[in-house]
Amino acid sequence: MNLSQPTVWPDYTMKFLLVEDNEELAHAISTRMQLDGHVIDHAINIADAIAYSEAGEYDLILLDIMLPDGDGRDFLSRHRDGQKDTPVIVLTARSQVSDRISMLDLGADDYVTKPFDHAELQARCRAVLRRRSGTSQTLIKLADVEFDPVAGHLSVAGSTIVLRNRELRLLELLINAPGNIFSKQKLFDRLFSYDDDVSENAIEVYIARLRKHLDKSRLNITTLRGLGYRLDEE
Amino acid sequence: MKSSEVQIAGSLRRRLAVTLIGGMTILTLLLFFVVRNYAAQIAQQSQDSILSASVTSILDAATMRDGEVQIDIPYASFSMLGTNTDDRVFYVIYQDGVALSGYEELSIPKASIDETSVLQSTTFMEVPVRQVTASRVLAGADFRTRITASIAQTQDNLSGTLARISRNAAIFGAGFFSLAVLLSILATSTTIGPLKRLADSIARRGPQDLSPVEKPVPSEMAPLVSSLNHLMHRLDKSMTQSEDFIAEAAHRVRTPIATVRSHAEMTLQRVDKEENRQALRSMIRAIDETSRAAGQLLDHAMIAFRAHQLEFEAVDLVEISREIVLRMTPIAEMKDIELQLSGESSVIVSGDSILIQNAVRNLVDNAFKYSPADSNIEIEVQSRPSPYLKVVDYGPGFLQAEIETLTDRFTRGVNAEGTIGSGLGLTIARDVAAAHNGKLVIENHHSGGACVILYL
Repeated sequence: MNLSQPTVWPDYTMKFLLVEDNEELAHAISTRMQLDGHVIDHAINIADAIAYSEAGEYDLILLDIMLPDGDGRDFLSRHRDGQKDTPVIVLTARSQVSDRISMLDLGADDYVTKPFDHAELQARCRAVLRRRSGTSQTLIKLADVEFDPVAGHLSVAGSTIVLRNRELRLLELLINAPGNIFSKQKLFDRLFSYDDDVSENAIEVYIARLRKHLDKSRLNITTLRGLGYRLDEE
Repeated sequence: MKSSEVQIAGSLRRRLAVTLIGGMTILTLLLFFVVRNYAAQIAQQSQDSILSASVTSILDAATMRDGEVQIDIPYASFSMLGTNTDDRVFYVIYQDGVALSGYEELSIPKASIDETSVLQSTTFMEVPVRQVTASRVLAGADFRTRITASIAQTQDNLSGTLARISRNAAIFGAGFFSLAVLLSILATSTTIGPLKRLADSIARRGPQDLSPVEKPVPSEMAPLVSSLNHLMHRLDKSMTQSEDFIAEAAHRVRTPIATVRSHAEMTLQRVDKEENRQALRSMIRAIDETSRAAGQLLDHAMIAFRAHQLEFEAVDLVEISREIVLRMTPIAEMKDIELQLSGESSVIVSGDSILIQNAVRNLVDNAFKYSPADSNIEIEVQSRPSPYLKVVDYGPGFLQAEIETLTDRFTRGVNAEGTIGSGLGLTIARDVAAAHNGKLVIENHHSGGACVILYL
């Protein structure tokens, strides 16, 4: 598996704290987050979570509600009382009707209901970070292109365009690991949810759109027959 | 809120009032007749004693002289019978069965053979009279004769007296009766009062207030209140358990599903063979369907549970829609769908905010599922003619024939093929509408997409 190293673009590296007692789920989330180029610390209970959050600065906290040593909401209110404004996304398995309000009241920025699509979690993280965009600098610079994946802005040769969501996610993948080859399948899995009834060829539409946006830049998306796509610098 | 049907078997207040007032009526009538009869008796007695005295004075005046009976009727004998009304007096005197003087037509009772007076009420010349008859034996040396005198008097004065007494007794009885009725009403309301206060204090409670009744009650009501408290305690416990159970069930079901889903997703990242990928995709789809169904079932249970104890408050439909749009936007962006909110800036309805939120979320969720990529979902909130929220999408819409049956539990449209959903979304929205006396209207937008309107 090709894990892109976030050290290449330290500005863009996001630090996540995941508080989740279910090891398997935590492993799955961590792996996906690392694939997206983020750094993630994993706490398995509230005590751990407090230790982690006091020791380091995080861009975002993913918080499970039912934890072995207490209720995640307690951590949330403690966290907010401690004047920390790190955004928090709650991972809940409880009924949507009863619990959602109290979580938002307690200062969670958003929540996802288990089981969730990883793409949804990613989208929610992005939305939360965008709302808080004053606090984190997320500009990626490559060749003559500036890309803000949180705001979805792409600046090429002095003009800025706003990318649509799938274009944004596609560019994010490619720009995160230039020179690496992404298979059509891999890109498809990351861009479409499982209930989208489209063929893997749909990815070509988005590649074409990105190519058009990058037309005036020194970046090229190269098609490698039978292998996939690669972002190259001229 | 629906008022529950109660089988009515009479009214305690009425029963008590009827018993008390009925008793009082009988007592009053009894009193009236006793007083009147007693008074009549006394009046009769006084007439009788005057008549007796009159008869006695006539008999006393009878003397024997030269073997002849002489009766010199004293003036007083008749004057004592004078009344303020024109009562007529008739008399007759017999000697050994032969009329000596007076009205021979005035018959005398055969029994009057000794000296005791015989009193009787009879009619004479078609007028009711009171008649007193007495006799006396005059005896000489060789001689023995029986003198019988009878005086009858009409009863005009007596009936006048009786009418007066009756009137007075009736007035007295009526006064007594009114007082008794007043007391009955007072007694009834003091007795019913605590019961009514208990009912009021329970009726005034909020739907969530299941605390025991703590105000002191009369000892007769203690068993009722104690079983009521007991019942409320059990209800409270079972409701808390139900709510906890629903939340807990969701947790128990969703967490393992989430794990399985993550595994499947991870595996999909590593697998290259197309048929394996297809299998994994349909597996993930099935997992999503399972978890959605579980979630909606639990939501539906929660709604059915809450619908019986609605907490009405002022709810801003626009605010709710805005929150939901904000919440759904990240997922909408994934499909490049734009959620548009239009209409008034604030539409306040009275309702249960959690239920309404759930209904709106399900409607938007539905629209979202059937919308193609790069399309819009329009949400419109208006207060006229009645407050409504309309969700329009640009998906395939409903088949005309299905529109009627679509809100039935677990019914999904034919056009829903290949889309995740348990079919409960519209049912939930319809149930919420019904709980608020509103309705859910399902139709096709002229653009061909689905248009669902929630009237509240």
